Amino acid sequence: MRKARFFPKIYIGLSLLFLYAPIFVLIAFSFNESKSRAYFTGFTFKWYKELVQNDAIMSALFNSLLIAFLSSIIATVMGTIAAIGINSLGRRKRGFVMNLTYIPVLNPEIVTGISMMLLFVFFKQLMDLPLGFYSLLIAHVTFCLPYPILNVLPKLRQMDPSLYEAALDLGCPPLQSFFKVVVPQILSGIVSGFLMSFTYSLDDFVITYFTSGSGFSMLPVTIYSMVRKKVNPQINALSAIIFLLVLALLIGMNIAEAKKAKKE
Amino acid sequence: MGRKKSPLTAFLTVPYLVWMAIFVLVPLGMVLYFGFTTAEGQFTFQNFQSVLKYGDTFFKSIRLSLVATVICLVLAFPLGYIMSRMGEAGQRTMLLLIMLPMWMSFLLRTYGWMTLLENEGLINRFLELFGIGPLSMINTEGAVVLGMVYNYLPFMVLPLHSIMIKIDKSIIEAAEDLGANGFYVLIKVLIPLSLPGIITGITMVFVPSVSTFVISRMLGGGKNVLIGDLIEQQFLGTVYNPQAGSAMAIILMVLILVIMGIINRFDSEEMEGMMV
Amino acid sequence: MNPILELKNITLTLEDDRILDNVSLSIEDGQFVTFLGPSGCGKTTTLRIIAGFLSPDQGDVSFNGERINDLPAYKRPVNTVFQRYALFPHLNVFDNVAFGLKLKKLSKEEIRLRVMEMLEIVDLKGFERRKVNRLSGGQQQRVAIARALVNQPKILLLDEPLGALDLKLRKDMQIELMKIQKKLKTTFIYVTHDQEEALTMSDMIVVMKDGEIQQIGRPEDIYNEPKNAFVADFIGESNIFDAVMEKDFEVSFCGGTFPCLDSGFGEHKPVDVVLRPEDIVLTEPKEGNLKGVVTNVVFKGVHYEMNVSCNGLDWVVHSTRLSPVGSEVGLSFTPDDIHIMKRLFDGDENYILGEVTDENTVSFFDLSFEREGLNLPVGTRVSLTISPKSIEVVSIDRADLKVYLESLIYKGDYNELIVYTHEESLLLHSYLDQQVATDIGIKFDFDAITVTPLSGGQNG
Repeated sequence: MRKARFFPKIYIGLSLLFLYAPIFVLIAFSFNESKSRAYFTGFTFKWYKELVQNDAIMSALFNSLLIAFLSSIIATVMGTIAAIGINSLGRRKRGFVMNLTYIPVLNPEIVTGISMMLLFVFFKQLMDLPLGFYSLLIAHVTFCLPYPILNVLPKLRQMDPSLYEAALDLGCPPLQSFFKVVVPQILSGIVSGFLMSFTYSLDDFVITYFTSGSGFSMLPVTIYSMVRKKVNPQINALSAIIFLLVLALLIGMNIAEAKKAKKE
Repeated sequence: MGRKKSPLTAFLTVPYLVWMAIFVLVPLGMVLYFGFTTAEGQFTFQNFQSVLKYGDTFFKSIRLSLVATVICLVLAFPLGYIMSRMGEAGQRTMLLLIMLPMWMSFLLRTYGWMTLLENEGLINRFLELFGIGPLSMINTEGAVVLGMVYNYLPFMVLPLHSIMIKIDKSIIEAAEDLGANGFYVLIKVLIPLSLPGIITGITMVFVPSVSTFVISRMLGGGKNVLIGDLIEQQFLGTVYNPQAGSAMAIILMVLILVIMGIINRFDSEEMEGMMV
Repeated sequence: MNPILELKNITLTLEDDRILDNVSLSIEDGQFVTFLGPSGCGKTTTLRIIAGFLSPDQGDVSFNGERINDLPAYKRPVNTVFQRYALFPHLNVFDNVAFGLKLKKLSKEEIRLRVMEMLEIVDLKGFERRKVNRLSGGQQQRVAIARALVNQPKILLLDEPLGALDLKLRKDMQIELMKIQKKLKTTFIYVTHDQEEALTMSDMIVVMKDGEIQQIGRPEDIYNEPKNAFVADFIGESNIFDAVMEKDFEVSFCGGTFPCLDSGFGEHKPVDVVLRPEDIVLTEPKEGNLKGVVTNVVFKGVHYEMNVSCNGLDWVVHSTRLSPVGSEVGLSFTPDDIHIMKRLFDGDENYILGEVTDENTVSFFDLSFEREGLNLPVGTRVSLTISPKSIEVVSIDRADLKVYLESLIYKGDYNELIVYTHEESLLLHSYLDQQVATDIGIKFDFDAITVTPLSGGQNG
């Protein structure tokens, strides 16, 4: 019996080691004085300083945040509206729309990427519109759209359909009823749809890579070109910062969730 | 009681449907169009014929991603099971720990492995202490498979965990009570009940593995070219050849459909077998 | 007095289903009106039309003489208490009740006063800050009522508001609702499938079935003078038998002929007859109108419910005096106790149109059967006479035909079922009980069907 209890702990330990080893190595070497990725020669913050002063990375970061913010807002608004429509459809039509919704989720990213690239190249030839901000925004909205829908739809289905009618019944006009009564019920779905869209947009490399063109640099594409040139400890510094941000965000969300669960 | 759905609400799907049609269906249609036409717009099978010479690459992609999928399944199954039997706080923490790397750019994580696997890297330094090596690990098939397993392991663990928490502890106890040993419980109870999670996990690992170009580029060097790399080169390489690239993408999609079809079928047969 | 609400020839069809068929009704101000009927009868739909959530295909809804068909729900002077309350989960009790008042842009102080007053009426003082999902079912119910009434609607619509409560609470709430209605003198329109609730609470009952109004009247009238076997069966317990109206004021059933108070049905016309169990007096065998044997006795608290077998029919009789099982009794009733009603189904047999589609083969609906020696040319149109006894109720997977069960009435010996299929109603007899307003399967005894050629078809 003792052995049986021991094994899970070791197994989990090894799994976590596997998952985190490369990340911790990156973080450790972000403080390494020399460019070596094998020998630790001394402690320094200089790579962080260089990173912050690296205009290419900073402007790419800004672009990525901008696209993530805009595309997730557009996707959330459009997706929430669509979810309300989908919720009112009959079984057959709903099945059709949901199949359409799953295409970008299930299709390999590279296929989504090149197919959209073909469309944007066609636009470029047609109206002399180069790839860049607009094509990235469209591409990101497109692959983000399923997430608000998939998050809002279950909330709508849980909601008592009489609530909206109850608001109308009490003298509230339709649009106002929607915001006063329906939105509060589905808000958690809207928020998680938005957050998912935002993180997917920020993190996406493949589709961004095919739809960004040359004029508008995005963070993942910049990272990709940097890692292919191999040694650049600024990447390590960037990894450490991103890791800490993600850790803080996830812990924060977890605490909020736990608090909410406790309250209920 | 029959309730009249307001037809007006149904119209709210229209902007979304228009968007999806223009930016999902039309582009996929363009892939089909380019795959079956010449640069001049004539219908042709030439693009597919020209892809034939890359048969080895296709075979290799499938082989490596299947190996990676199997390894993921073998590693994730015990992990998912152990997690599913933990307390609520333990599960919450484990889920967080498993998802955390997913939220970091996978480029950076893969870069981390480059650091570790290099000839001058940390692992070889470590082995050196025991007088082994240096082993050449980077730029091998093994490194590519490792990259796939590493990046997509969480995609296997999460669906397995979420299906396994639904398996009632008493079911396993009942099987043991009826005299089943651990192996028998695994084969006859645990695996059949986790089957939907296994299928989801396989899909979520296999599809990105077989279509990747980043992992093979970063960990496989120039020697380990996969389908993804081929497609990428047609669109962003030195020569822009959307016809050949589209044909490859079509083959990739068909391959995925066929393999997923086989897996689903195998699983449903398996399931029926188990039921009897 | 002018009616506060009037429905005129309301018709509604949803997805090829006729939900409401020519419903007309007028309601006077200050009344407690109940729509009563089995599920699927159209009572909730009628309520939703009054509230403005549905618009009828045809017909008018008038409020104080003014047509309000096109007035959207949020502008109508009516408020609704929903079936599952539909309280806003994100608001507390006070804000739920204040919801409508806040939209009217009343001053904060006035809103507070009115909400508090209303919470006092529904006995929820001190609960203002409570979250609504922390309330019991009964308390949620009161919040829903307060939320609707605080707007001082001209009409309050209540959609089976007590359905989710347990029996004890339901009884209490019934009394409370009646008190509130008497106090505020607001018109209440109340939907229920519970006949007892309807009889206790209402000034007026509207009995509905299959989208049609069966009877409108005061509770006493509906109980004492049901218009047809459906109403009689649905309201209270009844003995319903097949009968024949021999002539005016004379009806025969259960092997006897009796004087009655009804007329105008014609001579030798099949009708239904209803006798209420409490109207029948058990006497010495010789003294009764009919003779029978007690087959079963159940004590019901105040009275005994006894089954008496008489000439092959099963009678239910209520009496405070016990006659033991096996004893011979007389059944005594007066002409006043006999209620004569039109049959729900016209005639004793089913007449269906069919066609000869092959040699010796007859088709009707989407069925066909063979009949040896038919000797009619293909294409001949025939009339099929099908006795109710030669149709059997079977499980749907073994059935010849899936049909919709419109009504089921126990006739003392068998159940009389009326089913609907291919735009025809069919009458059948069965000894089994079935759920009304669902699909059931039926099987024909094809050999028992009489085939008569129609003269017109033979020529063509």
